[in-house]
Amino acid sequence: MTETRPHPRKSPYPLWFFIPAAIIYGVLFLFPTISSLWYSLTRWDLSTAQFIGLENFQQFFSEPFLVKGLVNTLIYAVTTSGLKTVCGLLLAVLLTSNIFARGFLRTLVFFPVLVSTIGIGITFTVMMHPTKGIINVTLETLGMPGPGWLTNPALALFSVALVDVWKGVGLATLIFIAGLAAISPDYYEAARIDGATRLQQFFRITLPLVRPATVIVVTLSLIGGLRSFDLIWAMTRGGPGFSSDVIASVIYKQYQAGFYGLSTAGNVILFALIAVIILPFTLWFNRREVEE
Amino acid sequence: MRSVRPYLTGAIALAVAAVVFVMPFVFVALQAVKSKSEASRLDFELPEHWLFWDNLVAVFKARDYQLVLAYFNSTLITVVSVAILILLSAMVGYVMQRRKTAWNRVAFAALFMGLMMPPAVVPTIGLLQDIGLFKTMTGMILIQVAYNLSFSVLLYRSFISTIPRDLDEAALIDGAKPRQIFFRVVLPLLKPVTVTNIVVQSIAIFNDFTNPLYYLPGKENVTVQLTLYNFQSMYSSQYNLLFMNILLVTIPPLIVFIFFNRQIVAGMTSGGVKG
Repeated sequence: MTETRPHPRKSPYPLWFFIPAAIIYGVLFLFPTISSLWYSLTRWDLSTAQFIGLENFQQFFSEPFLVKGLVNTLIYAVTTSGLKTVCGLLLAVLLTSNIFARGFLRTLVFFPVLVSTIGIGITFTVMMHPTKGIINVTLETLGMPGPGWLTNPALALFSVALVDVWKGVGLATLIFIAGLAAISPDYYEAARIDGATRLQQFFRITLPLVRPATVIVVTLSLIGGLRSFDLIWAMTRGGPGFSSDVIASVIYKQYQAGFYGLSTAGNVILFALIAVIILPFTLWFNRREVEE
Repeated sequence: MRSVRPYLTGAIALAVAAVVFVMPFVFVALQAVKSKSEASRLDFELPEHWLFWDNLVAVFKARDYQLVLAYFNSTLITVVSVAILILLSAMVGYVMQRRKTAWNRVAFAALFMGLMMPPAVVPTIGLLQDIGLFKTMTGMILIQVAYNLSFSVLLYRSFISTIPRDLDEAALIDGAKPRQIFFRVVLPLLKPVTVTNIVVQSIAIFNDFTNPLYYLPGKENVTVQLTLYNFQSMYSSQYNLLFMNILLVTIPPLIVFIFFNRQIVAGMTSGGVKG
């Protein structure tokens, strides 16, 4: 691809092109991120920060509702990521097969990706109303009384996760469609001649060869799920009780309450969580990629 | 050999998609044109009187024309930050792809971090206060640039690898200055990925809720997404107006989508899968 050649004394690719972006990015993203490591160890009122060691973290892990936020974040991320990957792949297989109205269907599935998350959150909150919402009204007409989607503490987090999948599956589908398009039809041809069934073709050819796309979808949706805030905030505000609180909503609540140090500790915990989950996954994938 | 199977599967898929993906939008549109009492039933009945215009005017008039201000603010933030974003990320992506220096590794690591890590909000608020940009449009615009830079740069970088270096060299031999090579030769060739970038980023920034919530509080700074959030409690008894607001907020991305559907799809997939 790109061979490294000796640079002429004055390169036609000026390094100052980096500078404006580096200043904005460095000052407004990198610097706060790094300084959060310090502020998370302080009692802080935005003007004076008093060093208190690991007290914020101790408090975070000793409050049951804060720990619940951590657990919920993991549940939410795994649920949404898993469902988006599976549904996205199945939809992509369907939407690359030879069916009627294929282009229109692709458009339909992708559209929610572009719509306001808050708008979707409010809409589904109304549709999930326990007695008046059209979801439960429809279920009742079919003879199945529906649950309190957002009012039942055991269910609220999963209801929001389902809406998240509804909104985001179009992006996963799109990435899988691109991945499927890169698989040579020769493989399927050969498999058909050897008498492989459709199911065998899916598991032996499609699934292994679509892996780069799978990794992208899983990584993106895991990161998105771990950071998720706006949909949860629009639909439940973390409730009922603290049953659907995630780290991002805990960060916001602690910020609102004026516990800036604790809020920042929440941020650092979220950094750590993302690093611990995503980095090994990326490294593992890259190594397998090299081996092959 | 023609078979009915594609039509049958297609028809079933269409029916399911209509229920799952279309119905919620129909629901929004339907509530938005009803009267207050009809909308409070939250059902799928057609309205007795279509109050599209009345509800539209009522929503715009609410809270001293707050929605008008919100549209102005959201549009300003979106247009200016996307413009800055495009220029800066094309420059970075270009040099990153063309010139292999130690700085590349640094830049790549930093950008990768930006893709993964959530911003540290409270330290950022503290910083914005210190430099006098908290609760200002300028601050919000610069934040949007900083937070969306990684994605833009990586999109540009992968696209620039498809443009032959011979072009740069030809321009160089013709006596073009480095700046001219970029602005006169390369930048015009980046048009497809620029369009993708503009579309994707403007939708993301227009729809952003979390960052304005943190960095742009205050009535005069309201954005479109924040009006929705504020109206949610205010209109809990006036679903017709709440849904009219949702409808209005959904229209800009819909328009963008209708015009650029193909480009979004092409851009996202080429940038995503080929890395």
